[in-house]
Amino acid sequence: MEQNPEGPARVYSLDAGRSSRDVGLPIVGRSSVRRRLVPVVRHALLAGVALLFLLPFYWMVTSALKDNTEIFARPIQWWPRTMRWENFGTAMNYPGFPFLRLLWNSVYYSGTVTVGTVISCAAVGYGFARLRFPGRDFLFILTVATLMIPPIVTFIPTYVIFKNVNLLGTYAPLIIPNCLGNAFFIFLMRQFFKGLPWELSDAAKVDGAGELRIFWQIMLPLVRSALMVVAVFTFLYTWHDFFGPLIYLSDVSQYPLSLGLFAFRAQRTTEWALLMAASTLATAPLVVLFFFTQRYFLGGIAMTGIKG
Amino acid sequence: MTLSGGPAQRVPVSTEEVWDMAVIAGGRLVRMSPMRRREALAGFLFVFPWLLSLLLFTTYPVLRAFYLSFTEYNIVQPPKWTGIANYRTMFTTDTAFWPSVRNSAYYALISVPLRLVLALALALLLNLRARGIGAYRTLYYLPALAPPVAGTIIFILMFEPDRGLINAVLGGLGFSEPGWLTDPKWSKPALIILSLWGLGAESLIFLAGLKEIPPSLLEAAAIDGAGPWQRFRNITIPLLTPVILFNLVLGVIGSFQVFTQALVIGGTTGEPLESTLMFMVHIYRNAFRYFSMGYASALAVMLFLAILAITLIIFRSARVWVYYEGEER
Repeated sequence: MEQNPEGPARVYSLDAGRSSRDVGLPIVGRSSVRRRLVPVVRHALLAGVALLFLLPFYWMVTSALKDNTEIFARPIQWWPRTMRWENFGTAMNYPGFPFLRLLWNSVYYSGTVTVGTVISCAAVGYGFARLRFPGRDFLFILTVATLMIPPIVTFIPTYVIFKNVNLLGTYAPLIIPNCLGNAFFIFLMRQFFKGLPWELSDAAKVDGAGELRIFWQIMLPLVRSALMVVAVFTFLYTWHDFFGPLIYLSDVSQYPLSLGLFAFRAQRTTEWALLMAASTLATAPLVVLFFFTQRYFLGGIAMTGIKG
Repeated sequence: MTLSGGPAQRVPVSTEEVWDMAVIAGGRLVRMSPMRRREALAGFLFVFPWLLSLLLFTTYPVLRAFYLSFTEYNIVQPPKWTGIANYRTMFTTDTAFWPSVRNSAYYALISVPLRLVLALALALLLNLRARGIGAYRTLYYLPALAPPVAGTIIFILMFEPDRGLINAVLGGLGFSEPGWLTDPKWSKPALIILSLWGLGAESLIFLAGLKEIPPSLLEAAAIDGAGPWQRFRNITIPLLTPVILFNLVLGVIGSFQVFTQALVIGGTTGEPLESTLMFMVHIYRNAFRYFSMGYASALAVMLFLAILAITLIIFRSARVWVYYEGEER
């Protein structure tokens, strides 16, 4: 999606070769006043909407640095009177919110699921895309069909399975099913592998390479960006995951951040400054990750229609 | 398949069927050339983890959920067959069933179209030619990164009726100040507003669709004298219908399963006054609070059937309104 040769912002001609950026919006006349005014209006619009989207973040971070009376002050107190950085320390050391522990749990949970998902989805997608075996097409259609099933339908019997093998209260039920593959990402990887030229694998085969080697050394490096897309979105989903930890985990020391935050809120409904500090701490790691992997996030959405 | 023990709990797929399938597949394998056979074996090995998952964590649980929906089951004792009793309960004695259906329907009916329209509007905005448009794209997407629990807590604070930010702004501008999450009439609109915060992700999907539209088409139309609205209405929208369909289907499926936000706001009782008791919260409460697994399975099956029916209707209707290039239907 990064077809980004912005071009001089003043060219509004009908020349060929322009992107369809202005779809449905007025193609502007050439008078100089309008020419100068239009970019201003556009930026005002764009920035206004951006402010709306950022306002909740702004309020979260500034509230985390206020005391409770400032948060609810009228007239609105837009900036903290004194920066109460200690709120972060208090939130992190709160008995019901062992932040570092929760952070580690989230990293562990999201990390293992991400590694497992990337490996399994790459292998399975490759199998469906490039190797012929009886029943393949049926299995693939079945795979896509499972996308229609609301997860809650499978959650109840799966919960019983893990209860019967005594794994409730551990990360096993959260990690194992996810590491065996994810229907959507398998579908995605299959599309990518299907797009690679057959000559590559045929030539390797003639040279005597085995299927595993062709997959690992020739095909996999070619779909690296698709693997990154799978990785960043799996990481994001798992970090956000609330339902799984909610039903499977019972001890605060095991909670990932999302569930820890929920428990924190249940205990301290009125400590808003601390709650906002905790929310900031739970969100910040993803924002940092995002800034390093942006192009996979934004490109991934454009390519595949996955959402955040 | 004996993971959950007990002879009464067998999966309703007969072993003969499985055997037959294996024999057919095996027969085909035997008749293959050695090279094809090796490829087929490799193929099986590559997809093996997923086959395991498909069997153990999808096929079996789905069949099992259907079976459990006809039983009374509290996990401790083995399931007891009760026929359609669970389904009858929904429509008779379960007083929270209809409220939860109504809440979910209200949420879906309003949030899905609203999100479609606004996401498209945002995409048009992001499709403008302006310096630094890439930065705006990033900014609009940021809310999708906030963990749903954190995002919900932020909005609970901002929706605080007495002195929260939103009412402070509304009051300052001279508007009336609704009770938001404390008022059953305003709690669902508040949930919908919260869902709009993550709109950036959908708008990027629309934006990708907009970029696919060949500029030459729009230029040709402009030369022929079509105004901006006509171009939008007669070129952009028709060419965008596949993306609209995609976002519509995902939006419907997602909105029927909204859970985290509703649970954080209203708890398992859907405060205030059951107004945020979404269907998923109702299922969760029955399954993991009351451990009425049989009844919860019946509710989950209903959700499944409802989503299936609505998706099929949408796809059926898509034949009329979705434009596929180079394809006649």
